[in-house]
Parts: sequence; C-alpha cells; structure tokens
Amino acid sequence: MTPLAGYLLVAALVFAIGLAGALTRRNAILVLIGIELMLNAANLNLIAFWRYGPHPEALTGVMFAVFSIAVAAAEAAVGLGLVISIYRHARTTDLDEMNRMKG
Amino acid sequence: MTIVFWILAALTVASGLTAVLLKNTVHCALAVTGAFAGLALLFLQLDAQFAGFAQILVYIGAVAILIVFAILLTRGSETPQGGVFSRTWLAGLCIAAAVFAVLGWAVIRSVDALPQQAASPAVSVMDIGNALMGRYVLPLEIVALLLTAALIGAVIVAMHEKGDGK
Repeated sequence: MTPLAGYLLVAALVFAIGLAGALTRRNAILVLIGIELMLNAANLNLIAFWRYGPHPEALTGVMFAVFSIAVAAAEAAVGLGLVISIYRHARTTDLDEMNRMKG
Repeated sequence: MTIVFWILAALTVASGLTAVLLKNTVHCALAVTGAFAGLALLFLQLDAQFAGFAQILVYIGAVAILIVFAILLTRGSETPQGGVFSRTWLAGLCIAAAVFAVLGWAVIRSVDALPQQAASPAVSVMDIGNALMGRYVLPLEIVALLLTAALIGAVIVAMHEKGDGK
C-alpha cells in the first residue's frame, strides 16, 4: 500500500466517524463536533494529495486547507452561537425535541 | 508507511470514535481535541508545517475552547432521557457505513494509480507568505471579510434579545 492510500483511508474513516456522529447524536453541540471532524478529514485529503501530487511547489493543497480551516472556524463560531441562542429560547439542546419552527 | 503514521492514525481514529460514542459531553470535547491534535500531527508528518500549526492554533486553541464554552453554557440540558443517540440512529449509522464503504472501495481500487513515495517538497513559510500576498491575495481578503462577518453574526445571534425576560 502506498503512503497516500494510507492517508486517504484514514481520512475516509475520520469522515465516516464524523458523519455517524452528526447523524446519530441528539445533542446539537455533538452534531457540530461531527461536522468539524468531517471538515478535518477533507483537509487531510487535500494535504495528502498536495504532498504526493506532481506539483507540490504550487502550494495549492496547503492553501486550500488553510482557507478551509479559516472558514471552519467561522462556521464553528456561528454554529455554537446558534446553539446557545436556541438553548436560551427552548431550554434544550436536544435535537429530537426541536420539532417546531414556530417560536 | 512508517510506524509513526500508524500510531498517529490509530490515535486520531480512536479519539474520533471516543468523541462520538461517549455519554458525557465534556469528555466528548476532550476526545475531539485529541482527534484535532492527531490530525495536526498527521499534517506535520506530511511536511505541511504551516497547515499543521494553523490547525493546532485554530482548532485546539479556539474551536475546542468554544465547544467547551458552549457545553458549559448549556449545562442544564444535560439530562439525556432515552440515551444520547437520536431515534433514527440506525439509519444514520447505516449511511455513515455506506459512505465509508464507498470511499474505501474507491481508494482500494485506485491504489495502483496513486503516486508512489515522492521527495519531500522544499516549501518554507516564506513561500507560503509570498503566495498569500501574491497569487492568493483575493481569497485572503475574502476570508478576512468572512471572519469579520462571522464574528459580528455570532455576537448578534447569541446576544440577548430586547424585551426578552428570560
């Protein structure tokens, strides 16, 4: 097995774990944690392809990963702000209990 | 395929699994911090020093702290009746397993076409700085705008509403 295949398999596994967390947990914060794991797995793919690709001096993969980290940070801030806002309103972070769109 | 890679891969996957499976949300936050650290070390192992240290700064330094803050601020909700998993957990698990099966199948099938051991790329932080100020200056400015907008948006979303008695 080539090194790149190993990294891609690890990234696929982390992505699947994050997806399972996002789809099965009831706590909204844990769903956000799952989404963060999925984003990180994608970043690992980008950097692995950059490292073993034909033109590493073009820096495309690293730049994509760095911008992706910045966007993920913004997403985490807004997502957790939303969770806190919903908690203040509904007194719960349980997604199964958030079944009304009416405030 | 060095032994370091396998250790880091096992650490990352085990931390990720722990984060998804544990009952206590604070323990989940700790485990996901471990997963972020494992991924940062994998980035360093891939000779992407800048991305690895950015990952440590942003994820372990900021996102993990944010997650812990959110967990502690929503502390009163931590009485999971009927388990921590949602009613449709079996469907979610099946979807995740199917996604992993497809991804793994694609990687295994294309393993012969993937490039072999490549020489370590000689990229310094100065090159990254030059690229950020040259070719990638427009995305950099857009990210700066996005971060400002997200900062203001997060504050406005989480701010107390006027006349909200709660």
